[in-house]
Amino acid sequence: MSVLIYTDSSNGALTKNAFEAANYGGQLAKAAGTDAIAVVVGSASGLEDLGNYGISKVMHVSDASLDNFDPQKIAHIVAAAANETGADTIVFAHDYTGKSVAPRLSAKLDAGLVTGAIALPNGNVVKKAVFSGKAFAEIEITTAIKIISVLPNSLDKVETGGSAEVVAFSVEIPTTGITVKEIKKESTELSLTEADVVVSAGRGLKGPENWGMIEELAKELGAATACSRPVADIGWRPHHEHVGQTGIAIRPNLYIATGISGAIQHLAGVNGSKVIVVINTDSEAPFFKAADYGIVGDAFEIIPKMIEAIKKLKA
Amino acid sequence: MKILVCISKAPDTTAKIAFTDGDTKFDEGGVQFIVNPYDEWYALVRGLELKEANGGTVTVLNVGGADSDPIIRKALAIGADDAVRIDAETIDALYVAKQIANYAKEQGYDMILAGKETIDYNGSQVAGMIAELMDAPYVSLASKLDMNGNTATIEREIEGGVEVIEVNTPFVLSAAKGMSEARIPNMRGIMAARSKPLTVVPASEASTSTAIKGFTLPPAKSGCKFVDTAEELVELLHNEAKAI
Repeated sequence: MSVLIYTDSSNGALTKNAFEAANYGGQLAKAAGTDAIAVVVGSASGLEDLGNYGISKVMHVSDASLDNFDPQKIAHIVAAAANETGADTIVFAHDYTGKSVAPRLSAKLDAGLVTGAIALPNGNVVKKAVFSGKAFAEIEITTAIKIISVLPNSLDKVETGGSAEVVAFSVEIPTTGITVKEIKKESTELSLTEADVVVSAGRGLKGPENWGMIEELAKELGAATACSRPVADIGWRPHHEHVGQTGIAIRPNLYIATGISGAIQHLAGVNGSKVIVVINTDSEAPFFKAADYGIVGDAFEIIPKMIEAIKKLKA
Repeated sequence: MKILVCISKAPDTTAKIAFTDGDTKFDEGGVQFIVNPYDEWYALVRGLELKEANGGTVTVLNVGGADSDPIIRKALAIGADDAVRIDAETIDALYVAKQIANYAKEQGYDMILAGKETIDYNGSQVAGMIAELMDAPYVSLASKLDMNGNTATIEREIEGGVEVIEVNTPFVLSAAKGMSEARIPNMRGIMAARSKPLTVVPASEASTSTAIKGFTLPPAKSGCKFVDTAEELVELLHNEAKAI
């Protein structure tokens, strides 16, 4: 009986989402009166920091061959760690790594999986958003071992203080068919899914040459930039900025939408945001119905004034 | 090249989301069903492009009842050569993956493609499960797939970037935006789809692992607070919403 948490690392350090998963697993273990144990693969340091989120022990498979992502190997290692610790609950972050590994592990262990959990489980029942955020489902996991992947930015962090014990974990690593050839970073821009604040714009901006003020506002707020689908489709902005049902789904603390009418498909990608601000010249824009704050007006007047007001606020 | 594309039946993106039976079942009344967009726009169309360039066949597979047949015919109209429907209830992701893996094991596919997730349960689970059940490599959220003989070069989304991966057939892949552009079936395709083979195979024995207890709708937004000036907005975001 214990909670096992897969905490992902990148470039030698734990990721932001790794701490999200640890926080979830740590709180879960505390509520169940059991231990929270993390498993880490590849070269990574600073693992004892996981103790601050209730993790008592970190099992580290430090083989450098694991620095290159391979979900088949990770699933094999997490299964071995689950076997070793007798874990009955296994936690992942619902991010790119979690989406690759958790389903494999579910099939390997014949263990029920709920992805994208937004709250701690109630017994064996896990709550998640479904229908692209238009509803929630409560799903019971009926198998002895339960796997849950937690949606980033959905559970408040509880810092417990303390330092985790890091132990080397030795496991035979299977050979698999995947070779990572290259990693292309988009740029040094903040990743959209990890950003706390996102500034987004749509066709209301009239042309790609007008994005300067959006980028400046984002810079002032430490925010990532995003766009609506039409804008990505006509090539004003890169596709990786497209948020919505068929693009990227995000749930930042603050989402500022400028010149986006708010089609249902766009809302599906952003309706998990905590605070939504809409700026649009059309007072009938459907986006206002989903907004917390709204300004009916011209973005070309409002955005520069917002930038000024934020600069003043920071001064 | 023998390509299998898994397609799921999903409510249209504009469908009204409501529930029946004490909020335990999705209310299908008046809902238009479509091929799950990720399965259709990205997995199926890229599969067809690869077949057109390299030869081979594209089979579409759906797990579901006879009510899936219209969306299967749509996939055939877009260009798939034939279709298989496994006559099973879609109880949970692992159950569905077992149905697909049990069938596909005997068929010798070079690749199995699916969308990155369905727009109803947003699980992003089935393709990864199929890969594990078939002991095959799995590349998730792929935005690019090119074949050179038996070797695939795949680009996969990761946090803040893209990873380029090489893998040999057979493999399983889930497709995200960027793989291909949506195709609209033409009249010839629609006519041809009527006579393309759709084989119905019985469900295989498999256990289930999750059960839906109930659905809820998100609480309604308390209403938009309209403000007149940018200064006022920034002040509220700072002091009231505490978001900046």
